[in-house]
Amino acid sequence: MKKVLMGNHAVSLGVKLARVNVIAAYPITPQSQIVELLSEMCADGEIDAEFLKVESEHSSMACCIGASLAGARAFTATSSQGLLLMHEMLHWAAGSRTPVVMTNVNRGVSPPWTIWTDQTDSVSQRDTGWIQVYCENNQEVIDTILQAYWVAEKVSLPFMVVYDGFYLSHTSEPVDVPEQNIVDSFLKPYEPFYKIDVEKPHSINSIVYPSHYMEFRHNIKKSMDSVPSILKQCLAEFKKHFNREYSTIEEYRNDDAEITLITSSTVTSTARILIDEFRKKGIKIGLVKLRLFNPFPHDDILRALKGKSKVGVIDRNYSPGNGGVFAQTLKFSISQVAGMPEVYPFIVGLGGRDVTEEVLGEAVEIMFNGKHRGEKEIWIGLKD
Amino acid sequence: MDRTERLNIPETELFHPGHYACQGCGAPIVTRYMMKALGKKTIIVIPACCWSVIQGPYPYSTLKVSVVHTAFETAASTASGIRSALKTQGRNDIHVVALAGDGGTFDIGLQALSGAAERNDNIIYVCYDNEAYMNTGIQRSSSTPFGAWTTTTPGSHYKDRPKKDIIQIMAAHRIPYAATGSVAYPEDLYKKFKKASTMTGLRFFHIFSPCPPGWKSATDDSIKIARYATWSKIYPLYEVFDGERFIVTKPEKEIPVSDYFSIQKRFSNLSEHDTAFIQQMVDERWMSLLKLSGSSPEK
Repeated sequence: MKKVLMGNHAVSLGVKLARVNVIAAYPITPQSQIVELLSEMCADGEIDAEFLKVESEHSSMACCIGASLAGARAFTATSSQGLLLMHEMLHWAAGSRTPVVMTNVNRGVSPPWTIWTDQTDSVSQRDTGWIQVYCENNQEVIDTILQAYWVAEKVSLPFMVVYDGFYLSHTSEPVDVPEQNIVDSFLKPYEPFYKIDVEKPHSINSIVYPSHYMEFRHNIKKSMDSVPSILKQCLAEFKKHFNREYSTIEEYRNDDAEITLITSSTVTSTARILIDEFRKKGIKIGLVKLRLFNPFPHDDILRALKGKSKVGVIDRNYSPGNGGVFAQTLKFSISQVAGMPEVYPFIVGLGGRDVTEEVLGEAVEIMFNGKHRGEKEIWIGLKD
Repeated sequence: MDRTERLNIPETELFHPGHYACQGCGAPIVTRYMMKALGKKTIIVIPACCWSVIQGPYPYSTLKVSVVHTAFETAASTASGIRSALKTQGRNDIHVVALAGDGGTFDIGLQALSGAAERNDNIIYVCYDNEAYMNTGIQRSSSTPFGAWTTTTPGSHYKDRPKKDIIQIMAAHRIPYAATGSVAYPEDLYKKFKKASTMTGLRFFHIFSPCPPGWKSATDDSIKIARYATWSKIYPLYEVFDGERFIVTKPEKEIPVSDYFSIQKRFSNLSEHDTAFIQQMVDERWMSLLKLSGSSPEK
């Protein structure tokens, strides 16, 4: 059924459709509407879930881990400082191998205080063992929630569905809300690989000596490395059920492109228009949208960038001393492969500053004339 | 309590011998009696504390029930999450217990505990109190009593603030049950756990648990020390129902705090003046406790 939904409410409906059992959450801008709607649905009996109104994001993640270990499908949502407060528990979620799904609505980090979007909050959680997918529109948001549970439960790792604060969270768009019966045939009830069971007692997360710890980490590696192919299986199933197509990366007019822009999230929509403008002028430029960021879809990226002379990475995030995190990860991914393009790492749109066609046009201009070639980071739109 | 009138404590052990606690540690005793009362349909959540070691390293386990280890400050919230999951599965026949030390309860875990108490989540929270961060090497916590030596309150710079009154804090949340207990009084402990097991909502236990390495005491003196703590009224045994109704167990014998101090070395820096000051604080607190319980000071 088509509905006009803001991104946050698309998440709430996705969570309902996924038949989540336990929700724990704490309010934070711009996430709060997700759990407001969920709490209403729980109160009205529309969802058969337990809703824990916790006293912090740190506790909401701890609740989700406990619930997941006890066999429940668990959900929470957060943003910015809340995500940063959870950081320790993100490691616990992944280390406990719990398939918790969380929405993070991207928001810049403080100080100074900001409530507007950038990706610094989520990219700084890259090393916690969470799968991360970045969404471009509200349809993708609701669909990704369903995909997230499908994949997370298959690989026993937590999954973060990420999108831009305000650009999607508070923007209404037409969304095709899937039918419950089709969701049920796509997403089966959660059957944990292991769970806390009073009939079969286990001890979970005990101390391990150096003789065992590495194997636990290596098991995470094996599962994490399997994510791109599991996600592709999931997306093939998803297409069969819902007739909508997604991929780990999405290429736009990239086949014959000589130079390529890499984008994520809503900036991608603006970039598509810009690519069309350049194409009208006969300039061979293409676009790659990164959907899956962690684990980095190495093989797909190599295929998409093969034969290009230059690639510009649009990072709406900043790691002080290192530059944009998408660019760094990309550089690492392609560093050992011959015939890869020169990387132009752009920093744009921090703390909600608008990323317009002009901003992206300037990035393309810089790539063409080779200005700032080899620099660690190239900031666009900075005032003097 | 008359020793001839022993309660019938079950002989069933949900506890393996060969655990990883130090000699004379009170913490295994706490859990052993707790498990006798709660039975095997119990899930235990353990944050960072001595019990994360006592429970045994992978792939071993001291307890014969399911145990989930979690982050230092999340015993209460992890337990709440487990309880929620069990509720959605219709499993109301299982006890969910958070078992934490004083650091994980009085300090870093207090926020999560307060959250769970305010929501009145249906969990049993047990703090075994050894009055400092013992697992990390005897650093002071907000549970360390006035006058005690620790590695971060060394020598003459002993702890110069009173112990945080955790039961009053918990009682102020209006939870159905909050109780103190002591390893020196296993019958009392067992009875209180049995009582709590029939209630719902957040039930809080604060249990006195000596630590020979941290208290610089003889390993075979732990029970004596715990008994002296109650006799000297430094550690009274009492219960609080719904945050309001106090029931105090008067000790069978009364001794001065100096007797309690003399059988452990962590108080050896105290002057006579200090001891007199502490005696005064203890007496005042005892009187106010009696007042809360509506009892008279006479025996």
